[in-house]
Amino acid sequence: MALLDIDNLHARIGGDHGKEILKGLSLTVNPGEVHAIMGPNGSGKSTLSYILAGKDDYEVTDGAVTFDGENLLDMEIDERAAKGVFLAFQYPIEVPGVATMTFLRAALNAQRKKRGEAEVSTPDFLRLVKERAGHLGINQDMLRRGVNVGFSGGEKKRAEILQMAILQPKLCILDETDSGLDIDALKVVSEGVNALRSPDRAMIVITHYQRLLNHIVPDFVHVMNKGRIVRSGGKELALELEANGYAEYQQDAA
Amino acid sequence: MNAEIRPIRTPAEQGLSGELKALSRAGGPRIVALRTAAAQAFNDNGLPHRRVEEWKYTDLRTLMREALPLATPAAVAQVEAHQGLLLDTGARRIVVANGAVVPELSDLADLEPGLSILTLAQALAGAGETLARLGTLEPGRYDAALALNTALATDGVVIEVGEGAQIARPVHVAHVVSGHRPAASFARSLVVVGAGAHFTYAESFEGPAGLGYQVNSATEFVVGDEAHLDVVRLQEDSASALHLSTLLFEIGRAAKVHAFSFGIGAGVARTTLYANLAGEDSQVGFNGASLLKGRQHADATLFLDHQVPGCESRELFKTVLDDSARGVFQGKIVVRQAAQKTDGRMMSRALVLGDDAEMDNKPELEIFADDVQCGHGATCGAIDDDLLFYLRARGISLKDAQSLLVQAFVGEAIETVEHDGLREALVARAEAWLAARG
Repeated sequence: MALLDIDNLHARIGGDHGKEILKGLSLTVNPGEVHAIMGPNGSGKSTLSYILAGKDDYEVTDGAVTFDGENLLDMEIDERAAKGVFLAFQYPIEVPGVATMTFLRAALNAQRKKRGEAEVSTPDFLRLVKERAGHLGINQDMLRRGVNVGFSGGEKKRAEILQMAILQPKLCILDETDSGLDIDALKVVSEGVNALRSPDRAMIVITHYQRLLNHIVPDFVHVMNKGRIVRSGGKELALELEANGYAEYQQDAA
Repeated sequence: MNAEIRPIRTPAEQGLSGELKALSRAGGPRIVALRTAAAQAFNDNGLPHRRVEEWKYTDLRTLMREALPLATPAAVAQVEAHQGLLLDTGARRIVVANGAVVPELSDLADLEPGLSILTLAQALAGAGETLARLGTLEPGRYDAALALNTALATDGVVIEVGEGAQIARPVHVAHVVSGHRPAASFARSLVVVGAGAHFTYAESFEGPAGLGYQVNSATEFVVGDEAHLDVVRLQEDSASALHLSTLLFEIGRAAKVHAFSFGIGAGVARTTLYANLAGEDSQVGFNGASLLKGRQHADATLFLDHQVPGCESRELFKTVLDDSARGVFQGKIVVRQAAQKTDGRMMSRALVLGDDAEMDNKPELEIFADDVQCGHGATCGAIDDDLLFYLRARGISLKDAQSLLVQAFVGEAIETVEHDGLREALVARAEAWLAARG
């Protein structure tokens, strides 16, 4: 069974006269697969990630999204997270006053509670965070600070990957995780993501550039334009896009 | 030709004037004269209303419907059963019930060297030097709440911390209302902190839920040169109660003063803080937080007077408003001509959770010196949707996400409390408030 099945998804930005952004998008993702979605600015890539996570600024007007056999669009935002959907934000939000440790623990226990699992004990939690944070070069000081507060762009992205490593989702959606990263940070983040690849977990990697896909090698590459997937292929498609740009797709769709 | 227009006196004003006819004679001629003058000022001016600028948003003439009979002493067992706030902070506890110190419930034994604690009634009966400080910090303007307190309070706590004394254990004055019939309690306290001394003073207010009582408390703080004073306050009076409190500070040279007021209870609450920065190079921080719901009304008003050069003042007030609660913040900083190099910053932030809630922010700066840094700000808004989405996208429920964000919001102000036990107790009260939110 597919982990995620998006069928003919149409969505617009909130309001009756909102602009339609997704215009019949279909995509099937199986466990263990890594799908890259590439495309020009404004093609609807980030909108897709927000709709999957449940942001209510958007309205789905047609189509269906099935996650693990259930209707994803019927679920609350936090319910989706507990079922295993994780969105790594392009611009992670700063949460002043809520320490990263407090936040991670609240999130992990909230998800476990919703799944009917026991809360994680303090020593187990501390051990888990210490181990995962170490791999990502996140120090104790960052964990004590407010979530993302005073973090550099690279630190914010690493913190997102840490959250992912602790919450262990079934579906990771990485929204332009490479933006704002220098080459060293890109390597650390990619290694963190690759460590989470597993036969039970799928990933959707949204990016502008092929660069990230040198590190996180996808099984499939999709080109998105004007709210639809206009071409799909293997990892070699990313190289072709890097060489030729998106111009031909934009003309085709126009 | 101007004819004096005398407004019709409200039942509350008439009732209070009746109480003011028989004033206590304790404390010697100076104190008696203070009481008489305060009673006269009340009879002349009455309760303030919305056309009195300092009370514009808290129209006491309308909000205080009746004068309640003066509270009578409470049964010790009943007070013991009613008290619940700040019990496990490690502080030395003194209980003031219905406006009178309860010795049986107060820990007055083994005072640290340099620390003296008397009841106001004891102090008024004696002729201690400390008594000479009582009533010396009256602001140069009519304040109805303070005038009533000066005229009618007969007990409270008088604390003196000797020069250089470092008192690690806080003294906590627990104001408890006990009884079944609504009554009015008045308490007056005085805290004198000697030069170079270090002291932490806490006060709390509570009473039977649902009882429509009135509490009027005033505390004067005389802070010596290079002294360090922390004040921590927690007000959880009954949601039907009227709470009026006044804090008066006179601060010497190179002193450090921090005060934090946490307001959770009372149907109507007004806290007025007056601070005179009378010695150079002092640092003060006056912070507060309010958690309001239902139809609660809470007003924090502040008058800060920079009289001398080189002082630093910081104010941070956080107000959370649920349902149709109403919050008021008025902060006035005066910088006298002599007070060059003053550094003053005042900020009031409100977080609005309820659709019908209201916040009134009125920061004022009056600057007569030309070489100062002063700023103020006020914000008012709902919980940021992007923050909520981020927390929920990690699996945290809407209610828990709101709680975390509200806690973080007031936490910024609570975190300024230095004493660990008191700070943790306040955090726990905030958590309890959030947990009780439906």
